[in-house]
Amino acid sequence: MSIHVKKIVKRFGAFNALREIDLEVGEGELIALLGPSGCGKTTLLRIIAGLETPDSGEIWFHGNEEGEVWFHGDDSKCQHVRERQVGFVFQHYALFRHMTVFDNVAFGLRVRPKSERPTEATIKEKVMELLRLVQLDWLAERYPAQLSGGQRQRIALARALAVEPKVLLLDEPFGALDAQVRKELRRWLRRLHDELHVTSVFVTHDQDEALEVADRVVVMNEGRIEQIGTPDEIYDHPATPFVYQFLGDVNLFHGRVSDGHAHIGAAAIQLAGHEPADTAVAAMFYTRPHDIELSHDGGGLEARIQGARRAGGVVKVRLERIDGHGAVEAEVPRESWEAEAFCEDQVVRVYPKRLKVFTAPETALAT
Amino acid sequence: MFRQSNVLPGFNISLGFTIFYLSLVVLIPLSAVFLKSFTLTWDEFWAAVTAPRVLASYRLTFGASLAAASINAVFGLLVAWVLVRYEFPAKKLVDALVDLPFALPTAVAGITLATIYAKNGWVGQFLAPLGIKVAFTPLGVVVALTFIGLPFVVRTIQPILEDFPKEMEEAAASLGATRVQTFVMVILPSIGPAVLTGFALAFARAIGEYGSVIFIAGNIPMVSEITPLMIVTKLEQYDEAGATSIAAAMLVASFLLLLGINLLQAWSSRVLPPAAPDQLEEPA
Repeated sequence: MSIHVKKIVKRFGAFNALREIDLEVGEGELIALLGPSGCGKTTLLRIIAGLETPDSGEIWFHGNEEGEVWFHGDDSKCQHVRERQVGFVFQHYALFRHMTVFDNVAFGLRVRPKSERPTEATIKEKVMELLRLVQLDWLAERYPAQLSGGQRQRIALARALAVEPKVLLLDEPFGALDAQVRKELRRWLRRLHDELHVTSVFVTHDQDEALEVADRVVVMNEGRIEQIGTPDEIYDHPATPFVYQFLGDVNLFHGRVSDGHAHIGAAAIQLAGHEPADTAVAAMFYTRPHDIELSHDGGGLEARIQGARRAGGVVKVRLERIDGHGAVEAEVPRESWEAEAFCEDQVVRVYPKRLKVFTAPETALAT
Repeated sequence: MFRQSNVLPGFNISLGFTIFYLSLVVLIPLSAVFLKSFTLTWDEFWAAVTAPRVLASYRLTFGASLAAASINAVFGLLVAWVLVRYEFPAKKLVDALVDLPFALPTAVAGITLATIYAKNGWVGQFLAPLGIKVAFTPLGVVVALTFIGLPFVVRTIQPILEDFPKEMEEAAASLGATRVQTFVMVILPSIGPAVLTGFALAFARAIGEYGSVIFIAGNIPMVSEITPLMIVTKLEQYDEAGATSIAAAMLVASFLLLLGINLLQAWSSRVLPPAAPDQLEEPA
């Protein structure tokens, strides 16, 4: 079952939270909305859920055959969150604290109209099944206050799944948890999704989380969608400088492109697969720290090593360009760092093995 | 057993002061009430506290207080809800109005209420044709006690309601709960202990109220005499032992009632464990 978001606009006073968002979420997909805070990702999620009303646009929900309208701006049709049958998981869990874990999960079944309500025995069976699914059936009689953060979020997920939602929406589901639990839970979420195949959208500002968990990632910025794609597409072929910068540490060089070469400062670097332009074009070059090679006498820019810090198997090196055009960050494998006997205050060559080139004027302005 | 380690020293001296202070302010005056009433023999004491006029006054005082506190629990919750949930012009003014019964001299409140609810008063003139008499009846007592009890309920519920996370309501709605179900199953249980506390405070205040009631009650023997008035009447007749006997009886009854409410509250907050701090946080 899929969701179609068409030209959704939302303003909060003078602030444009969402500017004409178009998005299709396919059946059984797990989609991540990724972006910095204030980019509109949570607003979009809440609009899909029906917790927020857009100013204009349409939201379609497609079941097996014909579509169902969730929101239509022109004839001001808006289905209440209650009727949309979405499971919503909140960043701060929002468990009912006066109810036991069991009662929390059973809530969605117990509030059904009398004619549709399952018997207590069926509810019990169903709730225990869900608690086993989230591996917390031994906590059924506890209260939320007695659980850890990770346990609470799993209960919140079980509660959302109890109503057999058509769509599962998760708002920064792991945002309030510590790093270790976060990693564990996101793998667990991925496995759970592979098991259940319920169409899911989750919001995150953590690029690792989005890249690791999602089938497709939607990168948002300032109320617009910057790029939609699989994690590999997004990471390897970022469409805009923003996406490139948001997905990890970057080095930025300003220079020119001509004859298939990047001219940065005094260095000329061969660009793989880049069409040679006749005239020189001003460009911005991005490269990740781990794509930078350091050497004593190879090609590339001259830079002085300012400092180095070991982090696991790599050495993070800070360098200052000799021509005075800013700093460079590099990550060098520990073996080569030791083999080449680099040290502080040495002048070395910086060679970007991979460069991402942005020449379009509008993207140049965007940074 | 009394040894406790704490980052702040001074457990002994602060506990000592607490006991001294409570004795000075509460225990000694109250025990004087009992001591004075012991000057009577048991039969005299029993006769004083169970005289028909006195029994009628108990019924009125406790009955009217209970009614007033119940009314306040319901409408005070409504007022608190409106003040917390909605934005409207002059909200601050309305908010300040709630405290007025705290500050107003009770006699002023009593005279005002008696005037407007009298047969020819602003409100009384519309009620009179319907056969409803407020001033100088037990109903008037309830009105006066409701007036003075309102801020207790509102001010107890308000902060709890303000802390109530909106996400919890949204969660209930997304799970298919109707608005009524959300209120009854999610919101009410969370603020229940606060409502109960407000109710207890309003009730306690109403039992002891004197100033505002005597003006509107009419003080008709067996009908609209409240117990505090009985005590004052006895004192005016220089029957100090009689007055303190009634006071002692009232004290015991109030104490038992408040103890009961406190136990009920302790039970309800055990059933409703306190919120974990991270559930109270505002989402970023």
